[in-house]
Amino acid sequence: MKPSLLENRGVPLEKQKFTWRDLVQKPISKLDDDAYTRVRIILMNGIELEAHHFSHSAARMNKALQLPLAQIRRVEQHQATMINWLIGADHSPLETTIAYEQVAIDVTAAVAMNEPDDYLAQVYRFGLLEDFDHLYRYSALLDRLEGKDANNILQSYTDILPGRPTVDEHRAPQDDLRNPYDRKSAAPLSKLHALTIMAAEQQTHNYYMNIGPMYSDPVARQLYAEIASIEEQHVTQYESIIDPEESWLEKWVMHELGEVYNYHGCMQQESNPRIKAIWERFLDYELGHLQMACELFKKHEKRDLEEILPESLPEPIPFASQREFVRETLAGEVDLRANGAGIVPKSKESKASLAYRKQMNADGSPSETVSAGYKWAPGSELKLKVA
Amino acid sequence: MNQSGMQTAPEAGRAMLENIELTKPNGGDERDLAKIRLQYAKESDPVGSLPEPKQAGMAAVLMDKLGERLAFERAGTRLYDALMVKCAADGSAGIPAKDLKHIRDEEATHFALIGAAIQSLGGDPTAQTPSADVAGVEGMGLMQVLTDPKTTVVQALHAILVAEMTDNAAWEELIELVSEAGNDELVERFTEARDEEQEHLEKVQDWYKAATLASANGG
Repeated sequence: MKPSLLENRGVPLEKQKFTWRDLVQKPISKLDDDAYTRVRIILMNGIELEAHHFSHSAARMNKALQLPLAQIRRVEQHQATMINWLIGADHSPLETTIAYEQVAIDVTAAVAMNEPDDYLAQVYRFGLLEDFDHLYRYSALLDRLEGKDANNILQSYTDILPGRPTVDEHRAPQDDLRNPYDRKSAAPLSKLHALTIMAAEQQTHNYYMNIGPMYSDPVARQLYAEIASIEEQHVTQYESIIDPEESWLEKWVMHELGEVYNYHGCMQQESNPRIKAIWERFLDYELGHLQMACELFKKHEKRDLEEILPESLPEPIPFASQREFVRETLAGEVDLRANGAGIVPKSKESKASLAYRKQMNADGSPSETVSAGYKWAPGSELKLKVA
Repeated sequence: MNQSGMQTAPEAGRAMLENIELTKPNGGDERDLAKIRLQYAKESDPVGSLPEPKQAGMAAVLMDKLGERLAFERAGTRLYDALMVKCAADGSAGIPAKDLKHIRDEEATHFALIGAAIQSLGGDPTAQTPSADVAGVEGMGLMQVLTDPKTTVVQALHAILVAEMTDNAAWEELIELVSEAGNDELVERFTEARDEEQEHLEKVQDWYKAATLASANGG
């Protein structure tokens, strides 16, 4: 018996076609579109880029899979392009950064709330409070460098407050590795959550690494350098919760399933009809990719799909303000730290992390400097200072 | 040594010239680019709409331009923050720090003044209007010049000059708009702000000229 989610075979690969004109569509409106339309665009770009990176890694290790991987990867390349090009160029790189952090906060919070595994939920809450702090630091930079209000991007859905201070987030590598879920017993939703958040964080890391040096201001360059380093830690954390015992093909199927799952969630919740049509089109494309990956899984691994696929898609990740959950988490867990795979009270933090942090912060802390005395206020902090 | 020109590498430069003969392009010219751009321009949506409450005619134009001025004055305050650092790093231009601070604070006051004006007309001063958004895009280059540790005081002053010239023209325009709307109170307040902006422009022009001449004289 095969899972019912495979009954919809989607669009076959040979019918998944693009033109350059098709790839480069009208961007969304920074002012008029809902912030969660932008959030979904950023998230899905991240999901596609993760699929792309994974596919290249798999191709380097699996000769027999190189052709189908290349065929699907070509489509994914163009899916990622169409999606990422929807962000208008009137977003400065720093404004887009604000939107990236909104993804990291509101999507991670939604995942943490719905995660069935207590340990993994704790890991998401741990990461959440760090990205929450990044938003505060970048908002200060946006106000103080470009003279802009981060809330024009956030649309009042997401708070701008200090979280776990970025200065304290720098950890030794061994304190960023967590325990993985067990591929045999973990809920499908846990697997999909882990892949989704890992993809989002990886994209954020790549983005900061690319745009950090585009700023001439040394404070901005330092802040991007510092937060990019934390995003690297987050990628390390989130990839470590995924069971490394999954085979290449199992991981491939899970990636395709993750894309189906997330496009489905985006399609269900999208408020912009033009963008909704893109999510719908790409959901059909991904169903086609999933079919192909499943066929290859059966052929090469001689295993039943029921071992890895759920019967149907779990409930989608909600795209919504998670203000209350974030505030509760902040109040209860801001002082938690990591020691090995464990999330521990501040007093139990590892000596290795304390030493590493001391070294990295020895010449000062960009995140502390940029937000010295900063309080968000509507329009600008200047509002609090000018009579 | 500046290596960007062909004269620094005469032989390689001559080889580069051969490219002109070696390239056999397909037909067409830059008008082909214009065709694509025209197609997108015709299909494009505007940057965005005006914030609520919706207004029409002169009231809508005024609200959009007030939003633009608000964004510009707020960003202008930050440009002067950066110029103050620039001049502190190189005191040779002799620009008094207190003068810079004075202008900076007036820019911040103008930001507050515009915010109050928007509110008095029933608008939302926290919203970004379409022209405010575009002004933000325009200002990115100025910010990059002013915050770059590599740029000189003269280069930074040139960027500020671009800002102040635009700012002066924009305040003139705003006064015309509020005058047209018959809002005498705002005409009065904006005229005061415009006078202050004229002083900023004159000062910046003087500093820019003096700093350019000083650099020509090895200063």
